[in-house]
Amino acid sequence: MDDPTQVETGRAPVIGPGYTFGTITDKISSIVLTRPTSTGWLIGFGISFLIVMVLLYAIGYLFLRGVGIWGVNIPVGWGFAIVNFVWWIGIGHAGTLISAILLLLRQSWRNSINRFAEAMTLFAVACAGLFPLLHLGRPWLFYWLFPYPNSMNYWPQFRSPLVWDVFAVSTYFTISLVFWFIGLIPDLATLRDRAQNRIAQIVYGMLAMGWRGSARHWHRYETAYLLLAGLATPLVLSVHTVVSFDFAIGIVPGWHTTIFPPYFVAGAIYSGFAMVLVLAIPIRKFYGVEDFITERHLENSAMVMLATGLIVAYGYVMEGFMNWYSGNVYENYNLWNRLHGPYAPWYYALLFCNIVLPQVLWIRKFRTQPLWLFLVSLDVLLGMWLERFIIVVVSLHRDFLNSSWGMYYPTRWDWAIFIGTIGMFAAAMFLFIRILPMISIFELRTLLPEAEEVKSE
Amino acid sequence: MTVETQLATSVPQRSSNNKMEDNKPHREDVCPGKKHKLDLKTAHAQIAATKGPEYWRSLEELAGSSEFQEMMHREFPKGASEWLDAVSRRGFLKLMGASLALAGMTACTKQPLEPIVPYVRQPEEVIPGRPMFFATAFTLSGYASPILVESHLYRPTKIEGNEKHPASLGGTDIFAQASILGMYDPDRSQTIAHLGDVRTWGNFLEAIRGPLSAQKAVQGAGIRILTRTVSSPALADQLRSVLKLYLQAKWHVYEPVNRDNVLEGAKMAFGQPVETQYRLENADVIVSLDADFLYAGFPGSTRYIRDFAKRRNPDAGEMSRLYVIESTPTSTGAKADHRLSLPSVKVEAFARALGSVLGMNSGGDGVLDRDQAKYVAAIARELQSHRGSSAVIVGDHQSPSVHALAHAVNQALGNIGRTVVYTDPVDANPVNQTDSLKDLVADMRAGKVDMLFIMGGNPAYDAPADLNFADALKNTNIPMRVHLGLYQDETAELCHWHVNEAHYLESWGDTRAYDGTVSIVQPLIAPLYNGKSAYELTALLAGQAEATGHEIVQGYWQKQHPGADFDAFWRKSLHDGWLAGTTFTPKSVNLKSAAFPPSAVGDIKSIEINFRRDPSVYDGQFSNNGWLQELPKPMSKMTWDNPVLVGPAMAARMGLKTEDLVTLELNGKKVTAPIWIQAGHPDNSITVFLGYGRRRAGRAGTGTGFDMYPLRSSATPWFTTGVSISKAGGMYILASTQGYQTMDTGDGVTRPIVRTRSLEEYRKEPDFAQDDKPPAGLTLYPGYNYRSEPYAWGMAIDLNACVGCNNCILACQSENNIPVVGKEQCNKGRHMHWIRVDAYYQGDRDNPKAYFQPVPCMQCENAPCELVCPVGATTHSSEGLNDMVYNRCVGTRYCSNNCPYKVRRFNFLLFQDWETPQLKMMRNPDVTVRSRGVMEKCTYCIQRITQHRIDSEREDRKIQDGELQTACQQSCPANAIVFGNINDPNSQVSKLKANARNYGLLQDLNTRPRTTYLAEIRNPNPELEGQRSTAEHG
Repeated sequence: MDDPTQVETGRAPVIGPGYTFGTITDKISSIVLTRPTSTGWLIGFGISFLIVMVLLYAIGYLFLRGVGIWGVNIPVGWGFAIVNFVWWIGIGHAGTLISAILLLLRQSWRNSINRFAEAMTLFAVACAGLFPLLHLGRPWLFYWLFPYPNSMNYWPQFRSPLVWDVFAVSTYFTISLVFWFIGLIPDLATLRDRAQNRIAQIVYGMLAMGWRGSARHWHRYETAYLLLAGLATPLVLSVHTVVSFDFAIGIVPGWHTTIFPPYFVAGAIYSGFAMVLVLAIPIRKFYGVEDFITERHLENSAMVMLATGLIVAYGYVMEGFMNWYSGNVYENYNLWNRLHGPYAPWYYALLFCNIVLPQVLWIRKFRTQPLWLFLVSLDVLLGMWLERFIIVVVSLHRDFLNSSWGMYYPTRWDWAIFIGTIGMFAAAMFLFIRILPMISIFELRTLLPEAEEVKSE
Repeated sequence: MTVETQLATSVPQRSSNNKMEDNKPHREDVCPGKKHKLDLKTAHAQIAATKGPEYWRSLEELAGSSEFQEMMHREFPKGASEWLDAVSRRGFLKLMGASLALAGMTACTKQPLEPIVPYVRQPEEVIPGRPMFFATAFTLSGYASPILVESHLYRPTKIEGNEKHPASLGGTDIFAQASILGMYDPDRSQTIAHLGDVRTWGNFLEAIRGPLSAQKAVQGAGIRILTRTVSSPALADQLRSVLKLYLQAKWHVYEPVNRDNVLEGAKMAFGQPVETQYRLENADVIVSLDADFLYAGFPGSTRYIRDFAKRRNPDAGEMSRLYVIESTPTSTGAKADHRLSLPSVKVEAFARALGSVLGMNSGGDGVLDRDQAKYVAAIARELQSHRGSSAVIVGDHQSPSVHALAHAVNQALGNIGRTVVYTDPVDANPVNQTDSLKDLVADMRAGKVDMLFIMGGNPAYDAPADLNFADALKNTNIPMRVHLGLYQDETAELCHWHVNEAHYLESWGDTRAYDGTVSIVQPLIAPLYNGKSAYELTALLAGQAEATGHEIVQGYWQKQHPGADFDAFWRKSLHDGWLAGTTFTPKSVNLKSAAFPPSAVGDIKSIEINFRRDPSVYDGQFSNNGWLQELPKPMSKMTWDNPVLVGPAMAARMGLKTEDLVTLELNGKKVTAPIWIQAGHPDNSITVFLGYGRRRAGRAGTGTGFDMYPLRSSATPWFTTGVSISKAGGMYILASTQGYQTMDTGDGVTRPIVRTRSLEEYRKEPDFAQDDKPPAGLTLYPGYNYRSEPYAWGMAIDLNACVGCNNCILACQSENNIPVVGKEQCNKGRHMHWIRVDAYYQGDRDNPKAYFQPVPCMQCENAPCELVCPVGATTHSSEGLNDMVYNRCVGTRYCSNNCPYKVRRFNFLLFQDWETPQLKMMRNPDVTVRSRGVMEKCTYCIQRITQHRIDSEREDRKIQDGELQTACQQSCPANAIVFGNINDPNSQVSKLKANARNYGLLQDLNTRPRTTYLAEIRNPNPELEGQRSTAEHG
């Protein structure tokens, strides 16, 4: 309460005091251009890179032997691959929500976190996109899922949600990439102008696409950015809706339910914001940008998490209720199996991680103290991963005919690929922090009081 | 042309009128040159370096080199025989690349190097692409299974029952069906060997000549011949003529799964050996005393299943009632209307008590408890009210007294000639085999044996432990020990000479079915490895070294049928698969006495151990057969292992869990093995299965499971008491293919999977199975009018008829080129069977009811799998089949997830063997061989449908009902599976589907399955039913 930065609302400001256009630009661009590469970065990147090598090894072995190296079987035809796919795709959602929806809603506080949130989206979707390909029995034929002209005159089967997935995920990745890149252009120009190194000047120069900051550029930029935001907004809802169809269309008890689309979207944003916080909290600490990513951002994100977490909790309750209310023996058993079956500990862990523990966010201290928030966010990420595990594996392992019940045990290759994608994500984030401005310079400048003066002039 | 097709097609073959091409040895003698190291890599490199026509030449050259000979004699390529990793069971398939070189060398005849031209004139009868069927017979422990063998361009590919033969009627058994894999087994012995070195037949002839002529001087006093049970008239005749030639020579017979008790029982009752046959179609009440007569291995089981099933139809005639009093739970017990779980040692007391109630004064008091006594009383009442239409059947492992008692009971009930028939024995030399082997071992130890010929069989592995046969073979000084066998097994290892035996599909022979009918065994292919048959080896002993199997067998039957019409008779016999007029005629025998000495049972309070033949690998002779190893055992659905069966009550008392390792100790011998808690197993009793733990079986069988023979003694080969069990600590993973063996779920619900009622309830409410049928047209998508198509394929499976014999699984495996995946993959739930037989236990775990349900693809009209496939690899045909397009499949496995029946199977790894040439020859050329990453499933044998459609269209007619059978249907001895056109209201399948018992599995999901089930009706005795339920509630 005695924090001097607090304004009359009682909440932290979105940007620390004492900054000017120049100091903001200096501070952010120096991370990329002038500061020496820190040992911490080198260690972090090194470890992530090693994990990427593990991933490549695991993928190589997978292609050589087949998906049988994983724990998948009959009846559990989908295991870690699909669990991870849904988890990563969900994580991506927060970035799009922050950059597109909050832009349209004129939530200007987003300006400090949207850049790396978008990068996070991109990398998360890239990780997610690996899995549908890797989990195929014959991955070299993945392109058969695309409607391409061919001599057999044969198309994909459009009734299958997996085909919708292909469209949803590829659209999502494309839009996210374009949106992110367009948003980067003014800052790339700044870096081009400030770079001392010839190579950096050329590379940033090419990426900046001739940006000179003229009024016409700004006008076109604003229009394009707004249009893309408009395009990206429905994707926040549609992508995970389509992903949820992968399950909802199926007749498996535990999958076949209409609540999945909203519940999946809420879950996606829930885990996405958790990932934003897991990234933002250490970044602001290590790069000393607490003034740009302030407690206000943390608190806002925490509140989004709390809200979406409650929607997810509602989803669980309704799922259980409908299992019971359906009066169907298979649906009933699905609930019973979650509560008493061999995977019950995981279901209770899920309830604890996703519903019980995040309730601490009602308390302000947990929303504003970085360490606590960091831990809660990790817990939510774990919980959301467990949720997908419960949905995919626990529903499949005991379905209609008792004779075909089975168990799923992940193998070391399952883990290698899962952890490998985390490494890949981390490595990409490290590179991003090092070579691109992780906070949008020009957008952050619009948050300064001076910007208001410029506007009013 | 690939190596193996060339080999196969150009082998000169007989059709029924051709004489078999002489198989004189072609090979030059092998000179034991210097031994250079040659490993696989080098061999491959040598082959790879050459191209085109030179290929053969390089093999020839390779063959000349002594290194190559050394490699051949090693049997496995270098490294393979050292590869003991359990995980490698699948990996061995990879290694078989080596067999390319091996098979090129050792198989069949040599090819000319000069260019040769294919048929100028097509041989009569051969239509490329169309199989031919040859009648022959498979023999197990002396009893023949009459079969038809499908042959594609003279490559046998599949075994089916011989419809015209009374012992088959089209059905077959698992061992016969799997024998085709046995013939192509790449681990079979491929050469003659002397002390492990490769030799030729000429070498062997030379080696044997001297000792044999020396024996002439002493009238063959040192010659001993050990065979398995011989029912072959020709071979028996040959052996007897050898004995005439060498008056002091002896012929011993031993078979680990023998019928000594049956023999002794018959002698006890009638004073002479007889064969007992049952006429179950006439039996209203059947009482089985530990007899597993509805499973392969029981003589006549194929026919008995048919006759039994016929009388189990609640809609036609009077349903029979089956009482099974048994120890080890069997599929026969599962079909019983009343099953009494009784330790084997008490079965005699039960039989005596039953005899006493029926007025035979046979004793048997004091051992049975009150409930068991009630069973005796109820069964006795039933038997008395069904005089002449009842049958008491005793299992082979029960004591001679029980057999004799059953003969007396059947006689007292007037069943003889009606439901029970006696004939001459099928066994050509009915002696007590245990005694026979004992005599042999005594002679061996006494140094009386100079030449020992072991023809077939593996006594070093499977002889009773107390005889110590292996030791007698190894440590007594027998100058010449000869082993004839399909494998270089444990016995071959201890013999001087090993002669590789020709498989029955490669050689001539004859054999008898359970009813005495003789079948001629016709070869379907020239011996792959120039093997010799027992006939040829015996001929050698009789001084006819040059006689071929064909000459011997035909010659024998010419003597029996000397008329001028012999050629016609012979051709007809070969064509039909049996010799007319050889069926035994019923024999009338008289009971000598009705007082039978009680058998020594030991202390019935101590723990009993039962030894049983394994339902899959029998006595161990099929250990290396991957199909059988992976065939889920009927009750436990276990694959690749033989755990110790323990009842639930006993396990709870001893604190044992499934997969715990225990040590069994009996007579100072110890065996450590895992346990499996088997519902329905009697308390204070355990069961172990023979046939596992082989040391030299081959890649599939070596080291698989646990050897129980060390616990088995000649005095008590089947059961005894006094075994002690102690926890050995540790666990052992067992691979059962069925996840959960009850329809009860943990939440207190019983799922309507197998629908069942008693006969009485069924009569009151015939359509009980129908209640959850959804109305037609309940779907958003526009329906397809299947009724306007000429054919709509459907299947009905009568659960009442199904006896869980597993035949359908093997028939499907053989027909559809289904791979074997190995234990590790089975344990992960990745077995590949397109049809499975689920076994469910209901009720009291100590004596549950059990039900079987074969589950092929349901071919749903609203198939959930089709909707979700992103590439359209599974689609619906206009005839209602759920087709699978392997080429199009990318392997998302979504279809399997969405299949409520879980009948889809996925190639998680490269399960199929693409390399072993022998196995390539075995494949059905009409069915795609699937690779990794592809989903597969039952297609109602679409290749057969297509074949019949082509035929019928050419003749401008429709496919007739019954002419087209799926593989599972064809092999089913019970006729439980009926397939056909449901658009034809008169087809058999339409009629079954119109039955009130017909229901669709999970039909409330509105999948509209084309495969439906006929609910199971049991026919319990009301008197006992009441008692059972009070016992349950009490």
